[in-house]
Amino acid sequence: MSEVTETDIPAGTRRAQFAEFWFYFKENRGAVIGLVVFALIALAAIAAPLISPFDPDTQFRDALLATPLTHDANGNFLMGTDAVGRDILSRLLFGARFSLFIGVMVVLLALSVGVILGLLAGWFGGWVDTVIMRVMDIILAFPSLLLALVFVAVLGPGLINAMIAIAIVYQPHFARLTRAAVLSEKNRDYVMAAQVAGAGHMRLMFRTVLPNCLAPLIVQGTLSFSNAILDVAALGFLGMGAQPPTPEWGTMLSEAREFILRAWWVVTFPGLAILVTVLAINLMGDGLRDALDPKLKRS
Amino acid sequence: MLRFILGKILWLIPTLIGITIVAFGFVRVLPGDPVLLMAGERGLSPERHAELAHQLGFDRPLWQQYLDFIWQLAHGNLGDSLVTHKPVLGEFFALFPATLELGVCAMFLAVVIGVPIGVLAAIKRGSWFDQATMGTALVGYSMPIFWWGLLLIILFSGILQWTPVSGRISLMYYFPNGTGFMIWDALMSGQSGALTSALSHLILPAVVLATIPLAVIARQTRSAMLEVLGEDYVRTARAKGMPPRRVVGVHALRNAMIPVITTIGLQVGMLMAGAILTETIFSWPGIGKWMVDSISRRDYPSVQGGLLMIALIVMFVNLIVDLLYGLINPRIRHR
Repeated sequence: MSEVTETDIPAGTRRAQFAEFWFYFKENRGAVIGLVVFALIALAAIAAPLISPFDPDTQFRDALLATPLTHDANGNFLMGTDAVGRDILSRLLFGARFSLFIGVMVVLLALSVGVILGLLAGWFGGWVDTVIMRVMDIILAFPSLLLALVFVAVLGPGLINAMIAIAIVYQPHFARLTRAAVLSEKNRDYVMAAQVAGAGHMRLMFRTVLPNCLAPLIVQGTLSFSNAILDVAALGFLGMGAQPPTPEWGTMLSEAREFILRAWWVVTFPGLAILVTVLAINLMGDGLRDALDPKLKRS
Repeated sequence: MLRFILGKILWLIPTLIGITIVAFGFVRVLPGDPVLLMAGERGLSPERHAELAHQLGFDRPLWQQYLDFIWQLAHGNLGDSLVTHKPVLGEFFALFPATLELGVCAMFLAVVIGVPIGVLAAIKRGSWFDQATMGTALVGYSMPIFWWGLLLIILFSGILQWTPVSGRISLMYYFPNGTGFMIWDALMSGQSGALTSALSHLILPAVVLATIPLAVIARQTRSAMLEVLGEDYVRTARAKGMPPRRVVGVHALRNAMIPVITTIGLQVGMLMAGAILTETIFSWPGIGKWMVDSISRRDYPSVQGGLLMIALIVMFVNLIVDLLYGLINPRIRHR
């Protein structure tokens, strides 16, 4: 039975599904712009060692706080240098690696834990549901940044701990969404059919029900991706995330704070990098929601 | 209605217990010696360690420690700060008005600007106004507010020199028996210039803190309005010749407000997170800055107490929103 469902899907279905998705996605001009900008940022992050003009940690002692477009014996500082003479453009390019990596990791961690908990709660119900969802409620009772801050304070500041802390505070959203989707799917005929055909709990949960709950999870995943970048930068800004001299955007801003009235560029560019990245992801998220949510499709 | 309220309150009890467990547990469960964490001292001699462990109650079974924690909590005792040696609860309530004042002003800005923008954008769907405001809202929603605050400081405090960089009021004003709400105190003191000074200190932090809630409320109001405007009863009201202003203002807006009020309630937790960043940037002497300072000073009793109090406040506000929700929407009340 299980093999039949697999082979009965006509060869073009996946492609047709994608074509339908793309049709609705490209309707949204903002979403396409977001996708392009995000792709450029991702490319820049991957190619950072190749395209960045300087090493991100090299300090040019004769070019401290050089203004943007400074051209001297060391070369061109397109975005100027910071208080210890490091090239800001190079640091931003390397910083993109940290931000994107953390965003991806936080979403993967929060998504996998949240989906499993949500599936268990929705599928089994009863006391399993009560216990899991109560714990999620407790996590949601705390403001996310505050809870992440406290976790990091105890675990010790650093990029990895910041990532774990943020994943912990994000996963209840995934658990709730999955549970709600499972509850609405689990009494449908196709689930019953699979059950009658002898599928076990694991198969029913992960292969029969889960694929039909993906749309809201993808949208929430994009939202969490951009929020994670913001929160990691916020932790870095508060001195609890990546530690200097890591070229993480939030940490760069925190180091630049004392120069805000003297050197606008050390503050402006890292923040702009965060804003543009987060905005691009959020634009894509809006497009994804429109393309994946059948309720909104008709309107 | 009474059953609805009681039911909501009873449902909170497990969460309430959970919150106390998290606040109680975080120094004990996570790696590291809780005595060292709580004492904030390094290089303790074994005698001093044992003495502290006894004094802080760490030599007793965990359940006893927890019951003791709850007992003290019920008596309004959250322990003493390691830095100031004053009761944590007293410190919390001394700083809370500052955060409340900032939060209320930010929320006021967000609602007063966000709701009309959302309504107008929905009515003029697809117009340049709709596109411009919703584009701006998405930028606001994506804004790293700690950077936004720094930019505003560069512009308004640095270049234009219109507003002060930090604090709540100019040092020349002092209110000995103040309530802690600076705007109110300045107004009541009758000193000339006091109110202007307090307002000029408040405006930038309030704008920064309002940014994300404003964006969320505008977007949410727009989509709620769009949904309601498509309903049959709105078409009926239009068909029977009711003036558009009345259709939108009475029929549509009242129903669109239900999801918007929920959103506003949910923003309170976000506001607290935003207050941590905003207060740090503007040196605003409130709960958010106090929490950050306590964390960096490793003042764990303060962190524990603050965490608990903030969660309780967020929970309480959410309860009020739930009850309000039932008040406006009878369908929920009578389920």
